Amino acid sequence: MLKIWSMKKEQQKAENAAEGTAATAPKKKKVTAAQLRVQKDLSELSLGSTMSTEFPDPDNILSFILYIEPDEGMYKGGRFSFSFNITPSFPHEPPKVLCREKIYHPNIDLEGKVCLNILREDWKPVLNLNAVIVGLQFLFLEPNASDPLNKEAAEDLRNHREGFKRNVRQAMQGGNVRGETYQRVLV
Amino acid sequence: MASSEVHPGSEPSRWAYLDRVRTRPGPFTNPDMFNAEGVVAAMEKMKVLVIGAGGLGCELLKNLALSGFKNIHVIDMDTIDISNLNRQFLFRQADVGSSKAEVAARFVEKRVKGVKITPHNNKIQDFDEDFYMQFQLVVCGLDSIEARRWINATLVNMVDEDVEDSYKPLIDGGTEGFKGQARVIIPTVTSCIECQLDMHAPRAAVPLCTLASIPRQPEHCIEWAHVIAWDQEKPFPQLDKDDPEHITWLYQKALLRAREFNIPGVTYSLTQGVVKNIIPAIAATNSVIAAACCNEALKIASNCAPFLGLPDDNYMMYSGNDSIYTYTFRHEKKDDCPVCGQLARDLPVDPAWTLRELVDSFAARPEAQLKKPSVRGEGKTLYMQSPASLEAQTRPNLDKTLAELGLEDGQEIGVTDPAFATVVFKFRLRFKQ
Ligand SMILES: [Zn+2]
Repeated sequence: MLKIWSMKKEQQKAENAAEGTAATAPKKKKVTAAQLRVQKDLSELSLGSTMSTEFPDPDNILSFILYIEPDEGMYKGGRFSFSFNITPSFPHEPPKVLCREKIYHPNIDLEGKVCLNILREDWKPVLNLNAVIVGLQFLFLEPNASDPLNKEAAEDLRNHREGFKRNVRQAMQGGNVRGETYQRVLV
Repeated sequence: MASSEVHPGSEPSRWAYLDRVRTRPGPFTNPDMFNAEGVVAAMEKMKVLVIGAGGLGCELLKNLALSGFKNIHVIDMDTIDISNLNRQFLFRQADVGSSKAEVAARFVEKRVKGVKITPHNNKIQDFDEDFYMQFQLVVCGLDSIEARRWINATLVNMVDEDVEDSYKPLIDGGTEGFKGQARVIIPTVTSCIECQLDMHAPRAAVPLCTLASIPRQPEHCIEWAHVIAWDQEKPFPQLDKDDPEHITWLYQKALLRAREFNIPGVTYSLTQGVVKNIIPAIAATNSVIAAACCNEALKIASNCAPFLGLPDDNYMMYSGNDSIYTYTFRHEKKDDCPVCGQLARDLPVDPAWTLRELVDSFAARPEAQLKKPSVRGEGKTLYMQSPASLEAQTRPNLDKTLAELGLEDGQEIGVTDPAFATVVFKFRLRFKQ
């Protein structure tokens, strides 16, 4: 059978010799890898003045809301919120992010699905929550017509930028654009 | 060599060749670890756990039983589906709907006399550490990364440095189409599943947004038809992936788009595969990988030859895509692995301390010296320095004592600090009497 003992002892000789003896206590709940990673990501977060978070249950850090209030660009003056739901497979899987308002945006569809490469095909476990949040913020500064989820909005942006801007304002006021009524998001 | 006498009773000749391998030293056998006389008895006493009784699991159970293991347990929560029968050879048409673990166990017991297989029609998460502690080896044939991560974390957590028997070698096989891997993990000693997560490239999600405009592969055209064209045209109220009419509609849409972009290769069956997210299960890949896994189990159990894992290579990848290729290498253990990288250190605390006193104490601990520590236990956020809303919500905890916060002796806490971006500190609270 496996002579793990001697191998392990060899390996550790150099390491922590002075750790003291670990008393065998009853097994207690250990912190899961996903939670530790989220904790680490949250403690490194730099949100700046345009963003804030809300944790409906502070003990559950795998589920929270991010608010973005762009201070420049076409979406300035709006307040947008995104729900973050992180599975136990994080960081192997990206967080699940949905926009909670119905908004007029080439990269966000009417159900709130967000087109951001690092939330899908370009996600890697080395990326962190900060990268996702920076990416979301960027979508409001530079909506991307070549990467559309709301195709009409993308065509609008590509073909008549001024008209698109007007439609964004219209939608942010809770108005109607091309037959769709949008949610008021102005603060 | 009187090896056949070692097996009084059934089918001695069946084991003759096996015994030549396991009871005789070979050119690479480590004489300090090999004990020819004890091998057979030791393997008969050994309890092996097989996780998964599907494509790999059927192979593993058959192989292990024919390799001289006599006491095998198998866990699988699935029931047999008709589509399993082409490769999961322990199942017959009459078994459809029955538990995979139970049918597989009965079948192998019937064909290999003297082996006892205990089936568990359960999820692995239904069992606790006491259950897993009874085994000397764990062999996985799973198709889910989540389940692998769970059993890996469980086995790593079970390690008690003072108890040799608490180290359970984990042999993990995996296949996807013509590719596969076999690896051996000695919990806390060698690189673990979590350390190796980057080896599982997540299945390339078809980049919906960008490639909607510039498809390059037939799959992109199909995914476009599936996600975009279907939504726009809604030819049927609800997409039913098992309805040939629906698949035909998608296939034709994808074909038109593929012509537009000059992309060959869109077929009906590819459409079905992409839409249903099917990766073909190849019986031959399963048998190659299961054989490799079983070889490792035999070597670990008998010490007749060095096994994958120590001191060098621990990971064998196999590809049958373009002829046959295998590559074996050493995957390094990661110091910052959240599962095995750092085991919790004991932290003596007084339950009458306030959380603030605990947080301040991290600044003083020589191995930590944290300036802005955030502290959590499993399912309990104690104090987070960031983000602001969570800081405000958890600030009142600072003035409560550890006892008031419900912390218990032996509980593990995670401590993070932005100054140590790559490190997560884990401590086990030890209450001072
Ligand atoms: Zn690890």
